[in-house]
Parts: sequence; structure tokens; C-alpha cells
Amino acid sequence: MIHISKRKELPLGQALAIRLGAIVLALVVCGAITTLFTGLNPISVYGAMINGAFGSQRKIWILLQETAILLCVSLALTPAFRMKFWNLGGEGQILIGGLASAACMILFGNTLPNGVVILLEIVCAIAAGAIWAFIPAFFKARWNTNETLFTLMMNYVATQIVAYFIIVWEVPKGSGQIGIINQSTEVGWLPQIGTYKYLLNIVLVALLTVLMYTYLNYSKHGYEISVVGESANTARYAGIKVDRVIMRTLLLSGAICGFAGLLLVGGTNHTITTTISGGRGFTAVMVAWLAKFNPAVMTASSLLLVFMGRGAGEISTTYGLNQSFGDILTGIILFFIIGVEFFITYRVRFEKKEKEATND
Amino acid sequence: MIDLVAFIPRAVAQSIPLLFGSTGEIITEKSGNLNLGIPGVMYVGGICGVIGSFLYESSLADPSQMNKFLAVLIPVACCLIGSLLMGLLYCFLTVNLRANQNVTGLAMTTFGVGFGNFFGGSLIKLTGANIPTISLGATSKVFRTTLPFAGSMGAFGKIFFSYGFLAYVAIAIALASSYVLNRTRVGLQLRAVGEDPATADAAGINITRYKYVATCLGCMIAGLGGLYYVMDYANGIWSNDAFGDRGWLAIALVIFTIWRPSVAIPASILFGGLYILYLFIPTGENLAIKELYKMLPYVVTIIVLVFSSLRNKRENQPPESLGLPYFREDR
Repeated sequence: MIHISKRKELPLGQALAIRLGAIVLALVVCGAITTLFTGLNPISVYGAMINGAFGSQRKIWILLQETAILLCVSLALTPAFRMKFWNLGGEGQILIGGLASAACMILFGNTLPNGVVILLEIVCAIAAGAIWAFIPAFFKARWNTNETLFTLMMNYVATQIVAYFIIVWEVPKGSGQIGIINQSTEVGWLPQIGTYKYLLNIVLVALLTVLMYTYLNYSKHGYEISVVGESANTARYAGIKVDRVIMRTLLLSGAICGFAGLLLVGGTNHTITTTISGGRGFTAVMVAWLAKFNPAVMTASSLLLVFMGRGAGEISTTYGLNQSFGDILTGIILFFIIGVEFFITYRVRFEKKEKEATND
Repeated sequence: MIDLVAFIPRAVAQSIPLLFGSTGEIITEKSGNLNLGIPGVMYVGGICGVIGSFLYESSLADPSQMNKFLAVLIPVACCLIGSLLMGLLYCFLTVNLRANQNVTGLAMTTFGVGFGNFFGGSLIKLTGANIPTISLGATSKVFRTTLPFAGSMGAFGKIFFSYGFLAYVAIAIALASSYVLNRTRVGLQLRAVGEDPATADAAGINITRYKYVATCLGCMIAGLGGLYYVMDYANGIWSNDAFGDRGWLAIALVIFTIWRPSVAIPASILFGGLYILYLFIPTGENLAIKELYKMLPYVVTIIVLVFSSLRNKRENQPPESLGLPYFREDR
């Protein structure tokens, strides 16, 4: 007979140990599966993964850059999740933010000075993302419309709007893509720190992490978010205006997603495609959840997921497997991490059947 | 004006994967499980069918001489087994381990889409062809067999009888599940589990069993949607990522139909029509507008979502405990 009961708060060290165990177990399973498909010895598979993530200076920079962007999106979703508002619309909010900054670069690239264009970009991207998240939040606050599905649908609306503008602005006509915007003048490109292409993004996101941590844990707003997340009725009783908290928090959430779009378009790629967010809106949900919505821990969980993705990508290229192999491995690892949460929240005791019979 | 005789059969063919997906998801959601892994499950269902029929076709010297019965049975069985395994995984994580359903679902979608594209890509490499697709023409021909008199009935035949058997299976499943959900004891108990598991538990209903059966059945039905797409709609040609975002559209349909499988039949045809409308609306040189037309199914879903929450009628709401895990001792 298996007996399950809820645990009291587990000490942090013990909880971390359980999670680490799950990751190790997941890596073993991943190694076994890779060996099954490639016939390689597992050690060289892990070697290839580490090489893919940390192999050269360039690879490390890419790893950090990818981690920074993913972390930025996860930070954006966190305040909403703490409120138990399932914002699955990160993808769309990033796209709209990216589109807004691309629009500024294209429309004002030749008429306004560089500094003004960058300022406009920042404002527009943040505003666009905020508006995109505000729409579902407004309906949730007023009429309790299901936000999970609403935000999900907004992603595809955003994708089609971006597809529309890509055709409007495509260069050359008929190519179906925009190409690098303002390649010769570099107007509207976020400045580069020294010779490091990605350093600005990384610094900005690091700053954002600290700000978000403070906002959530030490501000009145952060407290209100937690109360609404625990129980909307309690919040109402305590005099918190729940609908206002929902709308305000989602404005913030969308704004940061829009900012991530700005980093991608203005700071990294200098172009826009419909796939520019690359599923980060969804991956970030898992990053935030794995970290139990704690911004500090999120640094680690986003690094883990990016490491897995990059490592698996390296395995695929080295051994001629297809790129999607990375998704399979990421999926397996996620299943393990998702599953192990159970053993942190609950205690499982195995009892012999005979004993149970005498008890009854 | 739009050529309806050409438009309707294409809209219907487009709608069948959506109908399978949304019927499966409705059954799942009625048990209180919000399975966002459906897009992944549909990929897995599709690729498992492809693997099965690929192995069968390549085991024969001449694929055109294949046993028609086996040609259908093998892919369908593989597809059902693959999607069943996905369903079991989801249930194990969310029911037994009480994991968060949204996160589990998203992880399943990542995994399933990766699984489909990986094995698709590997099979393509096996065939050594120059084009990045797997072609299963012989199997597809069997799947696409229509009634013998369909061709001789003109426009009527084209609109009603020009589809492969899986299309009719989809409609039959939707009608059957509508009947079971609304008219039988099993359906009543299933709805009770989705609305209020604690009460259902007190009434002696086995929550775990209902959740497992509903979710696994839902996944198997959704998986058939993936199979239909490859074998019938795409003429047996698998290419990576071709299935696209139809899985999410199927989830959108669930809301659009307000959790009713019988409504899903006309609604999925409407969605199928909206999905391809851009091909039939003359836009001349302006290609960009077509992209905006592709937005229609999603915008319509949002409008329905908003209106059903505005009217706030009790029978039009999602199952009360949708997305929440159930733990008996958690009161």
C-alpha cells in the first residue's frame, strides 16, 4: 500500500538535492537514448554536449546571450504567474515588441538622428508589448475571461500581423523577408559595449533580474501580487483592488516581453521574422515554473535549459542527427524535473499490505 | 465570388484534423485535464503512423501490391499506440504526480514536435532522396479511397462523398462522444469529475480511472488527426513542420464550441474554411492582405471566448476544476 501525504516545507538544501538528482537521472536517460540512436559511448556524448555549450569563446558568448534573452522573458512572465494568471502569450508579446522596434528602425531610419530612433524604439517596443498583454488582462479583470486560452490565441494574431508587415516591408520585393535593417547606417541598432556584441543585452537583463527580485519581494505591488495569487477573495477583503492589480501586473509583464523583443530586434538580429522569438514564450513558462517563480533561481533554470538546447544541438551537428533531437532531449529532461516536484511537495511511504489489513 | 464546389471539399478536408483534435481535447477537458500537449500528441500520432506504414511499404517488393487491410491497420495501430503512450505520460505526471498541467502540456508539445521532426528527418535520410519529404503514395491511396459512386454524382458527390474513410470516422467519433457525454451515466460521471472531483469522489466515482481513460482516449483521437493529415490531406507525404499550428487551432476550437463535440463538426468546417479562405479571396497583387486573413480563426476564437464570459451562462462555462490537480486529502 502506498501512502501519500503532504510534506511540510522541505529544507532548501534537501529540495535542491532532490532536483539535482532528477537532472542527473534525466541526463543518464538522455545519454542512453542518444547512445541507442548513434551507437556512441555515452561519455563522448556528454563531452559533445559540454563542448557545444562551452567549447569556444564564441560558444560561451552565445550561451550567455541565449540565457539572457530567455531569462528576460521568464522575468516578464513571473509577476503574472505569481498572481496565478497564466500568461502563455509571451511569444506574441515578444513579436509585437520586436515589430514595433523594427517599425521605428524602418520608418525613421533615414529621417531622425540615431539617438532619437533608439529612444523611440525603446518606448514603442515596451508600449506595444504592454498593450498586447493588457487586452487579455482587461477581459480577465472585468469578466473573468479565461486568460490561458486568450493569451495563447493572441500569439497567432501577432504572428500574422508580423507576417503582414514583413510582406509590406520586404527587401527585395517578393523575397518574403526583410533582411538586415539599416545595414549601412546602423541607425536604430542598440550600441555595442566595446567589442562584445552581446554584452549590453546580458548587462541589461542582469540589472532587470535584480530589479524584478526587489519588486516582487520588497515592494507593496509585489506583496499585492502574492496576495491576489494566494486568494483573490482574501485580497478583496483586505481592500486590494484585484482587477487593478491584474491589469497593472500584466502591463508590466507585457512591457518586459516587449523589451525582450527590442533586445532581439534592435540589439541582436537587426531584422524581424515570424519565428524571431523561437518558442521562448513557451520555454520561459517552464523556466519560471521550475524556479518556483523566484528570479534568482531562474538564472540557473534558464541556463540549464539553454545549455541543454545548445548541447543537444551540438550532438545533432556532430553526429549528423537532425536538429529536433535537441527538442526530444529537452522534453525528457523537463518530464523528469516536472515529475520530481511531486517528491518535494509530498511524502510517499510504502507500507506492507498485511499491516494495513490489521489497521482496518 | 468564391467557387463553393471547389471551396467546400477543401474546407472539409482542412477541418478533419481539427475535428479529431478538438473532440479529443473536449473529452480530456471534461475530466478536468487541460492538455496543452495536444499539438505534440498530433505530431506523434502522425509520425508513428508514417513509421508503421514506411516499414510495411519497404518490407514489400512492390508497394502497389500491398494488402489493403494491412495498409490501413498498421498505420492506424501505430498511431493509436504512439498517442496512447503520450496520454499515459501526461496522466502519470498530472494525475499521479499532480504536476502542473500547463507546464506538463507545454513540455509534451516540445517533446512531441521534436519527436515527429526527428523521426521524420531520420526516415528522410534513410530514403536518401533529394527532397526533404517521405512519400507513402501507395498507403495514402488506400486511405483516400472514396465510395465508388462518388465521382458520378457531380457537385453533390464532390461535397459529401469525396473524402477518405477517416473523415467519416472523425464525424462518427464526434457524434458518439457527444452522445456519451450528454446521454449516458458514464458521461454524467465524467462531467462530474471535471466539475467537482471532490464531490464526485464522495459519490464513489473513481477519479483517477476517469481522468486516465478520458485523457488517453482523447489523446488517441487527437493522434488520428495527425494521421489523417499525413495520409489523406497531404497525400502520404510527410515533411517536417508541415502540420504547423493546427494543434493549437484544435484547442481554440474547444472553446469556440463551448465544450460540445457535436458543435465541433460544423465549427471545425467553419475553421477549416477560415484557415484556407485567403486562397479563395481575390486580392490581386496585394499578397500582404492574405496574411491578415490567416488571422481570422484566432480572432473569431477570441471573440467567442469574450462573449461566452460576458453572457456568463452556466452551461457555457469551462469545466469548473479545469487545470487543477486533485488530491483527496487537500480540502
